[in-house]
Parts: sequence; structure tokens; C-alpha cells
Amino acid sequence: MNRAISYIKTFALWELLRGLSLTFRNFWRKPVTLNYPEEKTPQSPRFRGLHALRRYPNGEERCIACKLCEAVCPALAITIDSEVGEDGTRRTTRYDIDLFKCIYCGFCEEACPVDAIVETRIHEYHMERPGENIMTKDKLLAIGDRYDAMISADKAADAAYK
Amino acid sequence: MSGDTITIEVDGKAVEARKGQMLIEVTDAIGAYIPRFCYHEKLSIAANCRMCLVEVEKAPKPLPACATPVNDGMKVFTRSARAIAAQKATMEFLLINHPLDCPICDQGGECELQDLAMGYGRDVSRYNDGKRVVKDKDIGPLVSTDMTRCIHCTRCVRFGEEIAGIQELGTTDRGEDMKIGTYIENSVDHELSGNIIDLCPVGALNNKPYRYSARAWEMTQIATVSPHDCVGSNMYAHVLRGTVKRIVPRANEAINETWLADRDRFSYEGVYVEDRLSNPRVKEGGRWREIDWDEALSTAAEKLGAAGPGKVGILSSPSATLEEAYLVARLAEHMDTANVDHRIARRDFSDQDSDPPFPFLGCEIAELEDRDAVFVVGSNLRREAPIIAHRLRKAALAGAKVSFASGRSNQYFFDVEAALSGAGLVELLSGVAVAAAGGGSLPASIVPLCKGVEADDDQRRIAASLATADRGLVLLGNIANRHAAYTVVRALASAIAELTGARLGYLSEGSNTAGAHLAGLLPHRSTGGETRPQSGLDAGSMLDQSLEAVVLLNVEPDQDLRSTQDAVGKLASQEFVVALTPYVSDALLEAADLLLPIGTFAETSGTYVNVAGTWQSFQGIANPVGEARPAWKVLRVIGNLLEAPGFDYVTSEDVLEEARAKIGEVAPDNRYAGRPSLARPNGEDAPADEIDTPIYSVDAVVRRARALQHTAEARRAREGGA
Repeated sequence: MNRAISYIKTFALWELLRGLSLTFRNFWRKPVTLNYPEEKTPQSPRFRGLHALRRYPNGEERCIACKLCEAVCPALAITIDSEVGEDGTRRTTRYDIDLFKCIYCGFCEEACPVDAIVETRIHEYHMERPGENIMTKDKLLAIGDRYDAMISADKAADAAYK
Repeated sequence: MSGDTITIEVDGKAVEARKGQMLIEVTDAIGAYIPRFCYHEKLSIAANCRMCLVEVEKAPKPLPACATPVNDGMKVFTRSARAIAAQKATMEFLLINHPLDCPICDQGGECELQDLAMGYGRDVSRYNDGKRVVKDKDIGPLVSTDMTRCIHCTRCVRFGEEIAGIQELGTTDRGEDMKIGTYIENSVDHELSGNIIDLCPVGALNNKPYRYSARAWEMTQIATVSPHDCVGSNMYAHVLRGTVKRIVPRANEAINETWLADRDRFSYEGVYVEDRLSNPRVKEGGRWREIDWDEALSTAAEKLGAAGPGKVGILSSPSATLEEAYLVARLAEHMDTANVDHRIARRDFSDQDSDPPFPFLGCEIAELEDRDAVFVVGSNLRREAPIIAHRLRKAALAGAKVSFASGRSNQYFFDVEAALSGAGLVELLSGVAVAAAGGGSLPASIVPLCKGVEADDDQRRIAASLATADRGLVLLGNIANRHAAYTVVRALASAIAELTGARLGYLSEGSNTAGAHLAGLLPHRSTGGETRPQSGLDAGSMLDQSLEAVVLLNVEPDQDLRSTQDAVGKLASQEFVVALTPYVSDALLEAADLLLPIGTFAETSGTYVNVAGTWQSFQGIANPVGEARPAWKVLRVIGNLLEAPGFDYVTSEDVLEEARAKIGEVAPDNRYAGRPSLARPNGEDAPADEIDTPIYSVDAVVRRARALQHTAEARRAREGGA
């Protein structure tokens, strides 16, 4: 008896129709995939992407070369040199992040007492030549300057949970 | 003595203690930690920070452990709820006015307040009012101040009073208005003043040259030995990525206790300067050209190999390591020359055969404190060897009679028995010798020197202090060593020691004069102190001869070669001069034909033998600058190229091992045999000022240390004052 039913199902293309019914059902559903890069998923303000160094509104660098980020970095990706700045304050002369070493854990941002180093939501970047993986102080400050509005907004959005 | 021993109970454990000990000493000895800020074992007790409060049974209030003498049967609780509550309360008060600037404070990470705040502080402050702000002071180029951070432990004040001997820092006002300062605008100039950086438990007093350049946790601590005086102070170098960032003392009770002279602490700045020689250079037709090591070494070896026997001269710094000195001595032997010398500041070599096997202090450095009379001859002691001066100050405070004879009257911060000055050393000493003889007979050799000399009161007092002492010491310093009539000065000093039953001791130039003596870096003695069959040329006369090749090891001819007049000109007229030097200077460019860059003390491993005969080895602490290489390696390769036998050392330890076996046990022996008769020098007994070296000019590294050169002391020396 079972064999007979199995025969009928085989010749009636039953399995194929069952599979197509799944296709047919999903055909009317809202798609879950996106057309990256034209479309993008929403990001958390806590997203940990490319790093930036921030400034105070008056243009003064926030970083005070306390080296806590360097100390906490589990991947040893940060290298800092410091000295007495022109105005007698503690300043960095070098602030390098090796993006190949970085694991984007966000500890540097958490350790920073002055909110100087932050991880922005930028995640679409690439390197073309050896050495470009080293983010120097100038590059980091430039990112901070350029995306200041975004960083400030993200910080403000997250402030209540800190 | 059992009568002095009592038993107390600490946290339920019975502990033996001596009567009169403070509680904190007893708990420290058994390892029961009590937090403290103002207590320091080398300083007097102030009991003003109140951090060490502990509970004592039957006492109505918690008591400060640092100022509570132990009593028999006393029951102490260091970790009871009451003790901890008292300590926490103290911490809360201390933090009221302490700024929260740990991230920019150089003390952050090694701060006693920070550490204890972790254990005893609250996580949130209950204090909401304004904090005190104190204006920073400029107290000189060595110590930076952030006085808002001060917690008024007064360790720095007590250091000035008790250790340095001059109270350069003090407190004004009281209560919340209390401030540490210099009273009137002034700098802190004492030669040990850098120690207040270590003493300060917070970041109020900090290292100025090091300011903001590194963090305590990221540096590697490497033990090393001071290269600037004959003491051989123990120190740690803190190194970040191969660069020395700062130097701190390493405790050694036998040598420097926990102190370090400013010269040793801040000289590392001289390692990183513009005029470091980074590549070998050769002079061709009057023009300098940079060359590589291969070419440089083969040029050196070619010239040295071609020179005839006795036609090579080698002058070395007295701060060359034992290994370097030994290799130089071996090379000289191979080249068949005895013209080697490290006594480049000495002027009088006429009686060098009666030199001791190595200049010995006469006792251990720590034993200086037990001397009951010391007569320091020809030494600006505080500048020459600050640690020795500190030991003698301790002796003087304990009742020893310390007196001085030098060209100028120097300030010492204790009661000096007598200070002779204003005349040449020969004149000053002959009076003391006459007084020491007390009408009795003088040793024959000095009779002509003392003819017609009358002792004055001071001279008689010195002689009497030595004669009545059980443990007297006559110390010959570097001004005596450089004296144009050193033979006569030494004969007189030795006669004084002999007549009064005191010991004779020496201070010496550089950090390794003793090692250079042992290694045979002398024209008249070979390795181990054996007399050479034929003496070579000494540092005073070497450059007057026409030699085929001259080697300079870490010597700046214009500044270091004090034994020779116009050393630069004389070197320039020599056929071939090769200088192994860390630095390039105009004088070297004029004098030398080949420059080989070598490492400074920071970049080489080696051994120094100090003035007490202690051998202290150290490793290289920093990466070499440019193409510089440790001098022992350069010497080894030159030896290889000259095909000297046995020059196949791999490490400096190999050299040390061989040197140690060759040198053997050399016992210090300061007995002076002397010459049968000496004449009063003619016009050579000038006052000592001219032959004194200012404290911050002793060697090439110190002369380039920026902060030290900005001190008031260095400025005075440049302007020619006292």
C-alpha cells in the first residue's frame, strides 16, 4: 500500500511541488536581505568601528597622554609617545593604532578618562599600501574632526546608560 | 640582651620586639602591613599623616603606629574594624584637597596615595565644596612641582634637614593653608636633592627632565651602577623601547643606602644628545668622511699593526669598564707597548711605583660612619663623591671630628673640626705634620718639607683629633691626586696618618680607577698589579713623544686630558690617532684621524670596581645610538684583526671571567713606602681651585646632561665662582 502511494507521489512531482510551495510562500514576504551598499542595516550608537581622536569645542586636543588605552589594549595595538606640550600640559607626540592588531573590543574607549579616543560607526575602509594600517595621530584627529557630529550624537545617545 | 626584649601581640600573634622600637618597625619586620605616608625608615618620625592609625588595647583612641613605642604585653590590632575605620577616615580627609588628576600625573601608577586609595578610599566622594589650589613653585631644573597634590607628609622637609643638612624646603602657614616651599623664591640646589622625588609619596615633587615622557608601568627596570664617581652607587634604569627614560636609586646599605646623587640620577640625558657619534668617520686629507665599520676597523688594525714596538700609546678614561681596561691591556701587550694609562687627570707621576695596588678608601663605604676622626685632604667632597660626603656627615653628627684641607673653603652642613684653605696643599699639610709629630721626630723623607714650619691652631686641632681617635682616617681626594706635587702631598698625608695612627685612604677619579689599576691599564704595572720590567710612557709625557699610533678610549682631549698641556695640539701632530668615543666634538675632529662610535655607560655591559674594592657588574640597559657598539666589542674585533691570541670572547662575561682569573685576589694595601727624601716643590703648590673639576663636568656624559647643566651649581661653575 505504502509503496503504491510512494509511486503515485513520485510521478505526480509531489516533493517538487512541496518545495515550490515554500518558495511561493516566501515570494510574497518582505525580504530580510539588503542591497548592500545601496541599502544598510541600522547601527547601534555603540558600534565599534574605526577609531577617532576627538577635540574639545575650542579645538584643543582631548588626549592627555595618560596611556591608559595603551595599557588596557589586549592586542597591544596602541603606541603612544608623550612629552610636555607647548603650553606645559601633557601631550602626545605620537599616537598610533595598528588596525591589523586591533580587535575592536572598545576597551580603549572605556579606559579613556577624557573621551578622547572613540570608536566610530565607520566600518567601510580599506588599505592599499603596506603601512596604511597604522592610524597616526593626524589621521585619527582628522577622522574625529570630520565625523564630530556623528560621534557627539552617538555619545549623547549612549550617555544615559553609562 | 634579654632585658631589652619584650613581647607584644600583633593581631593575636606574639611578637618579640626591642624596647623603644616604634610599633611600625615591629609590624614591618613581621610583614604586617600598615598603610603610611609620612613615615620613612631613613627619616625622623613626624606622625602627621595619621594614615598608620591602629587599635591598641586599652588605648582610648587609635594610635599612630609610627610614633607609638612598644610596651611589654601591648595588644595591637592592625586590621580590626576600628583600625580600618580610622584609616579610611584619614584617607577621606587626605583626599578632600587632593586633585583627581591621576591621568596626567607622572606619579600615576606608582603613587602611594593612589595605591592606598584603592584599599582605603570610598568610591564616591562625599565632599562637594571647593578644593584647595596651591601655586606651583619653580625650584630648579631637576624637580618639578605640582603643589596642589601635596598631602603635607613633610618627608621632603625632613630630608633637607636630616639627610642633606640644609633645609631648602619648609612649611609655611598651618591647617588647610599649609604650604611646602622655599620660603623665598629660590631653587633647591643640594647635590642629593633629587631624592625628594622618590620620597614624595604623591606627585607633588617629580622628576622634571622625565616629566610626561613615560608611565611607570610600561618601562622595564634594569639594575645598573653609577658611572660618574668612585662610589659605584647602585641604581635602576627605567627603559622604554630601548631608551633610558629615568634613573632611580637601588637600595644597597653597603654603598648608597637608598640615596642617589643628582649627577647619577640625571646624567642619562647626556646619552641622547645631538653630538652623539653615530657612524665611524675617517679623516682623509683634512676632510672627514663617514665609513662603515668594516673599513673603520681594518684601517685601525692596519695602522696599529704597522706601528713598531713601543710606538703605540693608549689613553683611557678612568670610567672605562674593567673589561675594556683588560682588553686594552691585552692589546697593548700584543702590540708590545707599555704606553698605556688611565690617569689622565694626574700631573705628577714621579713616585708612581709607590702607588697602592689600587686606590682604596681605607675602609668599607658603610664603615665611614664609624670613623671618629677624618681628615679629608684635597677634595671638594660634596661635589666629588656626594655619597661619601653624606656618610661623613653622618659620622660627624654621631660625634666624629671631620676636618678638611683644600684650596677653597667649601660648605659642609655639619660642624667641621677645622677647614684649612687659602694656601697650597703642601703648605697646609706640612703644618699638620709638624703638629702631629708634636716635637717628636718626623719621617726622614718629609723633614726638609717641614723645615721652619710652624703649626697654627687649626692644624694642631686636626692633628689632635686624629691622634686621639681610635678609628682615624686621612682621605686623599682628587684635588690632591691632580696636584702638581702629588708625591709630596701624599708623603705628607701618609706621614700624618702614620704619626697619628690613622689609616690612609684614597678617593679616585671616574668610576673604575680601581678596576683600571687591577686590569693593568698602567705604564708601570701589568694585569694583577705586577711591575712591568720596563715602564712605558705615562699620561703626562706620552703625547710629548712622537708615536706611530695613539688610541683614545672615551677621552675628550680638550677636557679630560688634564695631565697634558695643549693635548689637542699634541694629538693633532701625532701620526695617527684613533678615538673610540661616544661623542664627536671639535677637539676630537682636530685631534683624531679615525673616530669609532662606542656606547656610553647605558649601552654597554661591564664591571666597575669601586673605591672600596667591590666588583659590580651590570648589563647594557639601552639600545645603542646609531651604529655605536660597546667598546669591549670594538676592542675585541681590533684584537681579532691584529691576530692577537685568545680574542674569541663572545660576551663581556667571558672577558670578565678571564680578567678575574688573571687578576686573582689583590688585597688593598694603602701603606706608603715613599721616597727617601723630598724637596719642597717650587711654585707648584698652587691653591686647589684651578685643578678642581666642577661636579657637573666630570665626564663627557655629564657635560652633556641638559638639566644638570642648567642647575645653579653648574651655572656658578661656568661663571667661575665657588
